[in-house]
Amino acid sequence: MPYGPHTAGDREQMLAALGIASVDELFADIPPALRASGLDLPEPEPELELSARLLRMAARNRTDLASFLGAGVYRHWTPAAVDQILLRGEWYTAYTPYQPEISQGTLQSIYEYESLIAELVDLDVVSASHYDGAAATAEAGLMTCRATRRERVLVSKAVHPHYRATLAAYFGGGLQLDDIPLVADGPDAGTTDLAALERLLAETDRPVAGVIAGQPNFLGLLEPMAEIGRLAHAAGALFVSVVEPVSLAVLAPPGAYGADIAAGEGQPLGIAPQYGGPYLGLLASTDALVRQIPGRLVGMTTDVDGKRAYVMTLRAREQDIRRDKAASNICTNQALLALAASIYLATIGPHGLRDVAAQGAARAARLETALAAAGAPRIHPGPYLNEFAVRVPDARSVHRRLIDRSVLAGLALADILPDEPSLADGLLVCATEITTDDEIALFASALSEELAGAGARAGVAEAVR
Amino acid sequence: MVPTDLRYTKDHEWVRVDGEEATVGITEYAAGQLGDIVFVELPDVGRTLAQFAAFGVVESVKAVSDLFAPVSGEVVANNEALAGSPEHVNGDPYGEGWMIRLRLTEPGEVDELLDADAYDALIAAG
Repeated sequence: MPYGPHTAGDREQMLAALGIASVDELFADIPPALRASGLDLPEPEPELELSARLLRMAARNRTDLASFLGAGVYRHWTPAAVDQILLRGEWYTAYTPYQPEISQGTLQSIYEYESLIAELVDLDVVSASHYDGAAATAEAGLMTCRATRRERVLVSKAVHPHYRATLAAYFGGGLQLDDIPLVADGPDAGTTDLAALERLLAETDRPVAGVIAGQPNFLGLLEPMAEIGRLAHAAGALFVSVVEPVSLAVLAPPGAYGADIAAGEGQPLGIAPQYGGPYLGLLASTDALVRQIPGRLVGMTTDVDGKRAYVMTLRAREQDIRRDKAASNICTNQALLALAASIYLATIGPHGLRDVAAQGAARAARLETALAAAGAPRIHPGPYLNEFAVRVPDARSVHRRLIDRSVLAGLALADILPDEPSLADGLLVCATEITTDDEIALFASALSEELAGAGARAGVAEAVR
Repeated sequence: MVPTDLRYTKDHEWVRVDGEEATVGITEYAAGQLGDIVFVELPDVGRTLAQFAAFGVVESVKAVSDLFAPVSGEVVANNEALAGSPEHVNGDPYGEGWMIRLRLTEPGEVDELLDADAYDALIAAG
């Protein structure tokens, strides 16, 4: 078979067989307004000029900043072995093969990924992975609806706003999604409001399929997960925990506090922060929900000669088999990134992961002290791991000006949670094991000068008035 | 020859009427076509089913298929033994492999179903 596009003759032959005059007729069902009418692309350029232009564009990226940005994506040190092993050509596909058992290496890598994540989350079953944490969380929400035959899910407002937006998109087709508000003040400020959760669960005419909360939550705070799970279960709902995987080296895993499903973003496990991904969706559940988990599960067995072998154990609910009744219409996994996470975990080991988490927490504590001294105290009093919100007058413009001082001061919360007035002056900042004391000192002194300058400017304004 | 005391659907379910109740399963032919059955998902007791509505799922090593209610009714029992021993559907499809028991709400629907001769003819035609 020739490797090339169809010739004009090929096309005419096919059109004649179909009894149509042009290819356009094949798209007659799509309203004209929705059809692409040419792409607005610049003229082609020679490769040399194009790469020079792209290099100039890339040079505009600021890679020199001391970064305190987390908010769902975290910078960690990745052992060189991870990227080196990923470079092997054998791994270069996002897909598990459709004749899987012939690719024992691919299946083994997925099996090991599933085993490692199962150990981290302390649940029975782990899928072969999903696009990202948001997609995995949305799938978890749908799982609860299928398993309980109920149509309403409650999600804490302290779950990542992007995940909540993805949930809302998935639930647009008739399922109901209600927010659980946050505690406004007091010692539990910034965490999921348990009294509000109880009230939402008590609406017996609208039974709840699942309750979704994050640990740590989007604001970095630790949630009363066992209590949230207990309330969910008492109402006959399932409990979904949205986790950050590195934290599981030091925090209780979802299985230990009664979560039925764990979802999360696997990026912190050896995957560099990248604008828009690709990332790694973690999804795990109890054995009772094994037939609700979308995607595929790989298992280990023995072949006819008694030798170890890996098999596609369960993928019966995928779309090529179940069509419109499939558990999900997105069963593509992220095999290469799941492999990166596996190599990362296997390379640093359980003690290494504990060190990563503990070092991040220790450096975050130093960051808290330094920022408080600079005039930016924490907003919430509750415990956190390595990320927290601080109050800074006029946070958005301070954030912008600090970039000129080579500091990326986390995330201005007003940009991502505009409907939470209590966070309008908030910066969400994080530290990990690679945050240095010098960076913390730079942040604190730059912030201190900015705040003093702002005070001076206010004084001038006062004087002028 | 399939059992003559049962009625059948074109989707290969059987129904055994016993007064106001009926027992439902899938035929030996269907079980044979599906291969080794590894999982059966059945509705909870109390659920109301319309005739020909999907009531569950049967999963074999090579396929997953919906189960359809031959007649309308309320589920009064499901065969919990199939959770641990789905192989009963292959080994004893008309006995231990039964799936649900319904309280009939439209008993007249039974007469619309295939009798043993008609079902035999259906599977003979492939």
